Parts: sequence; C-alpha cells; structure tokens
Amino acid sequence: MAIPKVCGIETEYGIVVRGAAEPNPMAASSLLINAYVASLQPRVGWDFEDESPGNDARGYRVEGPAAPEVETHLVNAVLTNGARYYVDHAHPELSIPECRDAREVVVWDKAAEQILLRSMRAAQATLPPGQELVVYKNNSDRKGNSYGCHENYLVDRAVPFHRIVAGIVPFFVTRQLFAGAGKVGSEAPGVSSAEVPFQLSQRADFFEEEVGLETTLKRPIVNTRDEPHCDAQKYRRLHVILGDANCSELATFLKVGTTAVVLAMIEDDELPRNLALASPVQALRQVSYDLDLGLSLELADGGRISALDIQWEYLTWARKYADTHGLDAVGEGVGAEILRRWESVLTALETDPMSLAGSLDWVAKYTLLSAYRERHGLAWDAARLAAMDLQYHDLRPERSLFARLDVERLTSDAEVEAAVTEPPATTRAWFRGKCLQRWAPQIVAANWDSLVFDVGADPLRRVPMIEPLKGTAAMVDELLEGCATPSELLQRLGT
Amino acid sequence: MAEREHRRKAAPSRHEEEVVDDQPAKSDKGEKIKAELDDLLDEIDEVLEVNSEEFVRSYVQKGGQ
Repeated sequence: MAIPKVCGIETEYGIVVRGAAEPNPMAASSLLINAYVASLQPRVGWDFEDESPGNDARGYRVEGPAAPEVETHLVNAVLTNGARYYVDHAHPELSIPECRDAREVVVWDKAAEQILLRSMRAAQATLPPGQELVVYKNNSDRKGNSYGCHENYLVDRAVPFHRIVAGIVPFFVTRQLFAGAGKVGSEAPGVSSAEVPFQLSQRADFFEEEVGLETTLKRPIVNTRDEPHCDAQKYRRLHVILGDANCSELATFLKVGTTAVVLAMIEDDELPRNLALASPVQALRQVSYDLDLGLSLELADGGRISALDIQWEYLTWARKYADTHGLDAVGEGVGAEILRRWESVLTALETDPMSLAGSLDWVAKYTLLSAYRERHGLAWDAARLAAMDLQYHDLRPERSLFARLDVERLTSDAEVEAAVTEPPATTRAWFRGKCLQRWAPQIVAANWDSLVFDVGADPLRRVPMIEPLKGTAAMVDELLEGCATPSELLQRLGT
Repeated sequence: MAEREHRRKAAPSRHEEEVVDDQPAKSDKGEKIKAELDDLLDEIDEVLEVNSEEFVRSYVQKGGQ
C-alpha cells in the first residue's frame, strides 16, 4: 500500500528595496529575516549535519561545482511552527513544516505569507527614511530570472525512480491548467508578446529538461535531488521544482492534493495507461501558452490528446483507485475533497473557464487584466499590465491585487494565525515546534530530522527524528507534559 | 472513444452537471464576476503603482532555484 504522503512547500520570495541607491537582495533578505527572528529570541539556528543536495535519485552523487550550494553563512532560523526560514540564492525562503495532507499545506503556506508580511513590517523600522522593503510571492522578474516554489512528498524508497518519472511527467505537464499562477507575456527566448500575450504558468518558460538534478539552470520537469531528510533506507523525498507559487488557496490545495494522489497511485502501480508525451518540455510550454485549452499534444506512441483530457484520465484513474485502495495515503477525508474539487475544476475549465475567476490564480489574474485592458484600450505588452502582473503577488494586503479580488478561501483567519506559531499536530514538526516553544535556550541547532540539545556539562545531545510521522501530538504530548526540563526529556528518550 | 465513455461513466456527477447545468446559472456567475470587476476597475488606479514603467524596469531579481 502507498505510504502516507507527508508533504510541504518551500517558497523563494521576490524581494525589492525601494529607494535604495544600490539594492543588495542578499543583505535585504537577511535584514528581513533577522528583523522577524529578533522578536523571537532566543533564536535557534539550522543544523547542516545531514544536508546532501548533491545526491541523485538515479543512484549516484554529484560532487564539486555542479552540486547545489547550501550557503551556510547566511541567516537560517527554525520557527516554533516547525518551519525553516532562511536566505537562499538572494531570496528570503520559507519551508513550511511537514504536513500530513494538502489542506494543512494550505494553512501553513498562508501562515508563511503572514510571517513574511510581519517580517516586512519589522524590517521597515530598521530602514533609512525613504526606503521600503517589499516582498512578492511570484516566480519571475519578467526579465528571465526565476525563483522557485518547491513541493516535497514522502515516497516509498522501494518504488523504482523511473516509474515515478514515467507516471508523473504527463500529469506535471498538464496540472498547470489549475495550478498555474498566470503571467503576462513570455520570457522564453524568441517568443514575442504577440505570440504569447498571456500564459497559464509563471515557470513553464524556464524548463529545459525532462529529468535532472539541477534546480537553477537547465531546470528539469522531474528533479532528482535525493535528500530524504528522514530514513533513507525506507523513503524518498520527491523534490518538485516546476510549480508556481500560488496565492489562491484552492490552487495550492489542488496542486499538492492531486500530486499526492497521483504519487500514491504510482506507488501502488495503479496507473493503467502510460500517457508518455512525445516532447514533454515542449508540451509544458504549449499547454502554458494555450489559453483556449484545446490544443492537442503528441504522445510518444503517435496518438494525440488534449491537456484537459490527460487530466481527466488521471482523475478517472484516481476515482477507481479510491474505490479499490481508499485514499488514506493522502489524508482521511481530505482525499475525497481533492477528487471532488479536481472534478469540478476540470468541468469548469472545459465548459466555462472564466467562471473560475474567483477560484484559481491564472483565471483571476487573466480576468482582471483583460477587463482593465479593454477599459483602457491597452495592448498586452503595455507596461501597466506587466506592473499589474507583478502587483498581483505583492504580499502587502493594501497593495496586493490578489487580495482585492475576493478569491475563495479554504482556511479561516484564526487557523492561519495559529499556524504562524503552532506546528501541525500530525507530523514530527509537532515535536520540533513544541520543543522550541518550551526549551529554545537549550536547543543549539535543529534540522528536519534532528534536534540538538545543550543541557549543560554533558556533550551536546542529538535527538534523531528520522520518521516523519513520529513525534505527532498524539504520540508525544504525554511525554512532553511529563518533562519539566530538556534533561528529563533526554533521559526519558534514552539518548 | 471507449476511453472517453469509460471516463464519463466513472465521473457520474460530472455527467449530471452537464445535463442539469442550466445556462442561466452559468451566466449569473459570469454576470456577478463582471459586476464585481467593474467596481474594482473603478477604484483600482488608486492602488496601482504610480509609474508602471519604472516599477517594471526596477523589479529585478537574482535567479534562484
């Protein structure tokens, strides 16, 4: 049976310092994060003991300049909600805590936006007069520079990696129909605004390979980084780099939820047909550029199929899978909701796509910009529309165009507020977050799969957390409540 | 074709929606969205960046992952 699809999102945010003569994004990102964590003293740093982003899922290891860099000298903090907040590649990045299902991901992803917003406000107080620091939740600067919103899913190590690739690529190429964040124009070389006035996805322009280890150059549809951050004998972490950062809660819910369902089906070897595309990289762009949603894509076996029909095939298989296997792997209850919303969105895309203007990012953005364009008689390459495209993703509520659009919510303000400081109760993030809430002064470092305590005269003690589903509230609350000090905890854990 | 028929059987609620879904319902939703958009367009210039060209030009990021 498929294993539980523990999942999460890591987002690199765009950052701008207005009014600065020579803005330095790395310094600005550090300032932003430091301003936030300064209010959370004492602060706990990240522990790089088990980081190995050069490991390749295809079974070898890349050393030297090609290996992704981990910039250990930059700001790096772990928060009481179990998240990691750090500077990466000149961007502020926040990895939400491990979640048990897609709905939890939406809650903690929205909490991440709140953390960035509060960071902006805290940083503002430290800036010289006339300067303003602004953060954007998007994936491109419209000049060919892209930054990511990555997803992570727990996958059974026993599943051959090639089976994951074969099963997931046609799905990944087409899920942008509902998961795309929308973009004015194209950043692909040689593609004009006349050819592509607007497209579904922020990221499709930047993908050049089907499978690979890179994340910053020649980006692949399936990334092979093999760094499980848990028991490597039992698990993989599928590191998904092709998604857009979504503002729409439904888009995030469906992006993560449907991907988790498809991965569960692949684990159980329940994809009845291989929809291998003749040219997946080309198809990724074709789908993104096709606002009519009717283009037929070429399959490797010579057949043709539309992007929507590929999604319908996966949904049909998922329904059958739900009947025979259940959907516990993607979270009880949440699974049925994923299938229900998946179907309703595909139906709307097929019959009346613009009816999703109050639900999905690309449709919301396209509808707003089209109406503005018509009212003012603008061409699609007008600077005003490009500006609105960027401003859709502005995280300041008073400036965000997304915030003006009254897009449907799946979360409540109260649960998002709680998730700013509280970890999910359903994964090991609970143990990490709760220990930090109680004993931060004695925790010298933390990472995804361990906590390091300093309880005085003894050597530092590392508490391993290699099982993502151990350390939940149900498992450790009694233990934690029975311990007044971290020394007692360590004693009872026998470390 | 067989694939497609199978799929429609497997998604009964969708099938029903296609039959039952009246045009008015669809139009109502479209009209509502359009009316809200009109209101938004009336006030949106107040929140838009004053100098679009400068804003777009100066929005430069380093490439990330």
